[in-house]
Amino acid sequence: MNQKKSVVYPYIPNSEPAIKKQMLAEIGVSSIEALYADIPEALRLKKALDIPEPFLSEYELVRHVEEILAKNKTCKDHLNFRGAGCYQHFVPAVCDEINGRSEFLTAYAGEPYDDHGRFQALFEYSSMMGELLEMDVVNVPTYDGFQAAGTSIRMASRLTGRKEALVCGPISPDKLSMINTYCSPDISILQIDFDPGTGQIDLDALEKAISKKTAAIYFETPSYLGLVPIQGKEISGLAHKNGAECIVGVDPISLGILAAPSQYGADIVCGDIQSLGMHLQYGGGQAGFIATRDEEKYLIEYPSRLFGITPTTVPGEYGFGDVAYERTSFAIREQGKEWVGTASALWGITAGVYLALMGPQGLTEVGQVVMEKSHYAARQLAKIKGLESPKFTGPFFREFVVDFSQTGWTVSEINSALLEFGLFGGKDLSQEFPELGECALYCVTEILQQRDIDRMAAAVKEILK
Amino acid sequence: MIEDIKKYRYTDGKPNLRRFHQARWDEPVIFELNQPGQRGVLLPATEAEIKEEVGDVLATIPETMRRKQPPALPEIAQAQVLRHYLRLSQENLGADLNVDIGQGTCTMKYNPKVNEQLSRLPGMAEIHPLQDEDTVQGILEIMYRFERMLKEISGMDRFSFQSQAGSQSIYTCAAIMRAYHQANGEASQRDEVITTIFSHPSNAACAKVTGYKVITLYPDEDGYPDLIALKEAVSERTAGLMITNPEDTGIFNPKITEFVKVVHDAGGLCFYDQANANGILGITRARDAGFDMCHFNLHKTFATPHGCGGPGGGAAGVSKELAKFLPVPVVGCDGSRYFLDYDRPDSIGKIRSFYGVAPVVLKAYAWVMSLGAEGLKEVAQVAVLNNNYLLKKMLEIPGVSAPYAAGKHRIEQVRYSWQDLYEETGISSEDIGLRAADFGLHYWTSHHPFVVPEPNTLEPTESYTKAEIDEYVGVLRQIAQEAHTDPDLVRTAPHNSTVHRIDDHDPLDNPEKWAVTWRAYQRKLKQK
Repeated sequence: MNQKKSVVYPYIPNSEPAIKKQMLAEIGVSSIEALYADIPEALRLKKALDIPEPFLSEYELVRHVEEILAKNKTCKDHLNFRGAGCYQHFVPAVCDEINGRSEFLTAYAGEPYDDHGRFQALFEYSSMMGELLEMDVVNVPTYDGFQAAGTSIRMASRLTGRKEALVCGPISPDKLSMINTYCSPDISILQIDFDPGTGQIDLDALEKAISKKTAAIYFETPSYLGLVPIQGKEISGLAHKNGAECIVGVDPISLGILAAPSQYGADIVCGDIQSLGMHLQYGGGQAGFIATRDEEKYLIEYPSRLFGITPTTVPGEYGFGDVAYERTSFAIREQGKEWVGTASALWGITAGVYLALMGPQGLTEVGQVVMEKSHYAARQLAKIKGLESPKFTGPFFREFVVDFSQTGWTVSEINSALLEFGLFGGKDLSQEFPELGECALYCVTEILQQRDIDRMAAAVKEILK
Repeated sequence: MIEDIKKYRYTDGKPNLRRFHQARWDEPVIFELNQPGQRGVLLPATEAEIKEEVGDVLATIPETMRRKQPPALPEIAQAQVLRHYLRLSQENLGADLNVDIGQGTCTMKYNPKVNEQLSRLPGMAEIHPLQDEDTVQGILEIMYRFERMLKEISGMDRFSFQSQAGSQSIYTCAAIMRAYHQANGEASQRDEVITTIFSHPSNAACAKVTGYKVITLYPDEDGYPDLIALKEAVSERTAGLMITNPEDTGIFNPKITEFVKVVHDAGGLCFYDQANANGILGITRARDAGFDMCHFNLHKTFATPHGCGGPGGGAAGVSKELAKFLPVPVVGCDGSRYFLDYDRPDSIGKIRSFYGVAPVVLKAYAWVMSLGAEGLKEVAQVAVLNNNYLLKKMLEIPGVSAPYAAGKHRIEQVRYSWQDLYEETGISSEDIGLRAADFGLHYWTSHHPFVVPEPNTLEPTESYTKAEIDEYVGVLRQIAQEAHTDPDLVRTAPHNSTVHRIDDHDPLDNPEKWAVTWRAYQRKLKQK
């Protein structure tokens, strides 16, 4: 008797043979096969799937996955100076505690009655983002900052009936690729260059390019290269003079010290909230936001869920629900605005927790500390012979470009050497911006200490010696 | 004498319905917790030497671009923030807590805790997406291995995990469809996509975003997708077909290969929305039915948590012929080393930043590795067993029906109709759903439009016991009874939930009243 005993899987309670038999009897069939009668024989898979043997015990599964993950080097055991869209900021313990709660983690799409907590938590997230952005409408998060930018441009196009958008200044080529693909059926994307000395948006070029065909001007602060544009008012003025929307992409963590874009004329503000309490996760913590003024013409152009506050039948009870649901693809399929679906709600809740913990003082402080430490790092690198740091003279936040072109080393070589020192050096820009030569984008957040920055600068110096 | 408490909990040997009450903390909105001066968390400060060296760095930013007033965020101490959010969490019904078969099409299966733990290890949570490939061999290996699994499960030749959820995968495939026709010089001619009304709305909506006109087919009399209607719809303008199968009714289209052939013969591509794949893992494959593209929702079929609506994970799979169009990068392996392949000139480009939601891919991989080939098939078979058991039990309730495909079995879900009950009692499907909240259960009607009258979509997956399915049916039976005996009880529900009914939807639909943020609400209150 060497018959293989069938497995009763811990995640599949009714894999237990007796119960299976009992349920089949109740249905009135002799086998599960009979339940698949609608699937034609020709389509039935005749073999077992060729996938690896499983680790049926939880312990062995953990061993297996841990062994694979151990091949990763992490930003916990290395000093990380890489950002470029994904940032290693401090994550308060309470953020993880809340997003790990079963009640939030495993919920989905219930009604405001059974899932009241999710509605309130996301309404509060939008509300706190609204304070940071000084805007009255903020959506339930979309996929990421890329999507937020793509959708903002489409919103502007629908609002103005125009089919052209001007994307200004340094932007991530990946993001530009996504925007192009996303808008390409009916919106042309034109790029406006930046000044090679300051890194600031070329206003003359912008002025020449804008026309009555322009749906929107889009620019970022801080930009992909860390630069803070100084001409916010001029740019939004130019947009409005031509009947276009002004869209500003922003990392909300900078807004404790940088002006909210609405203060210099932005109509639509968008960006990524990964900085607000999400771990790096190899890019898995990204989530996008879109914000506007509370005007009907803007609000009805959102594809996303928007949760609003409303009374219930019991006086004093806060209720929540979907605002203007009829604009969504859930309600009217292809007649809705773009589409809505599963996106990044858990990260929205987490960002809300982060903002509540930080408060106005925390946000102001983190902005200031990031400014100070990143400027300090830029200065330490500037002391090394042959390095231009920062390369651009314009103001920057958190990230700055370091030019290694005069050292005879490529950034790639330097980063490989830095790895030996336990460091992840700045993001290599030589592929994305070949015109800059051998440049790297260094990122310094509040979690790096003076000794960390000094260690990095010393390592670079040692390598170049 | 010691009292037998248990006996009160059963009637005729069967457990009574649960006397549920959802947490009701009557929690204020977070701004009301504001206590000026309090701090939730303190940050590392700047060292004195740094301050001395850099001076007033804020002065590098012109006045016009600096914030004048600190943001008006609430000021709250740490335990109070925690308590507020814990209370909100308790006022939320996670799948871990309830018999979550009421959110049909969502595949609310068990999300193993061990996978969650693995995804929070530093080797996953603390890696930067732009680290050198040599330093992220572990996660690349996971992605590579998982792609191989999905290739085998679907029969497709390549996958991308860049999309963050199902709809973004659908969009990815629509964009690939466009790129394919562009490459053939037929993009302007082929401007129509065909879908069915019981396919997820995102098939129609994503096709539209990609620039297509949408043709929606309705089912034939038996509830099957209508082949004659498809033949009438295809033409030289057909770019492709985008459909779910089994459809949201739980009905598998037995003529699916003919559908594919009709569209292929017309020069179109076929995309298989596999949001409803849970009942067919290891049973039948998208590629074997001739499809060119398909997608999976990792947060549905592959047991990763739904997170209140994301992040999920989307996997978009394509045939060899279409692989060159996938988003960049894809993960490759040269035999010993894993790498990110960006050298793909025909790619549609980026869909999302970086490489999608890597921790979700990790969780999905771990889930498959806990089951293997036999286990995956067991998932599908038990999901179908549970569904047909549920169908049997549901149809025993007076007032409920399962329109279409009469007498046939269904795959992993069913769209029921409470039309009979509604006609008899005036109690709608939506009323039933609100009353279900009083028993700690989710309940979902259907996507719009309601083709099935008074719809209710249930999907029991493989994760629930017979007793749990019986409990769910027991609650619906009870509510159906109440519809006759005490309709007001149902009509005014929920009674035992966190909040009560919102009768007036004007504050959510009227621009004068709607408030998406607290500041908008305060402003409108002042204007009143």
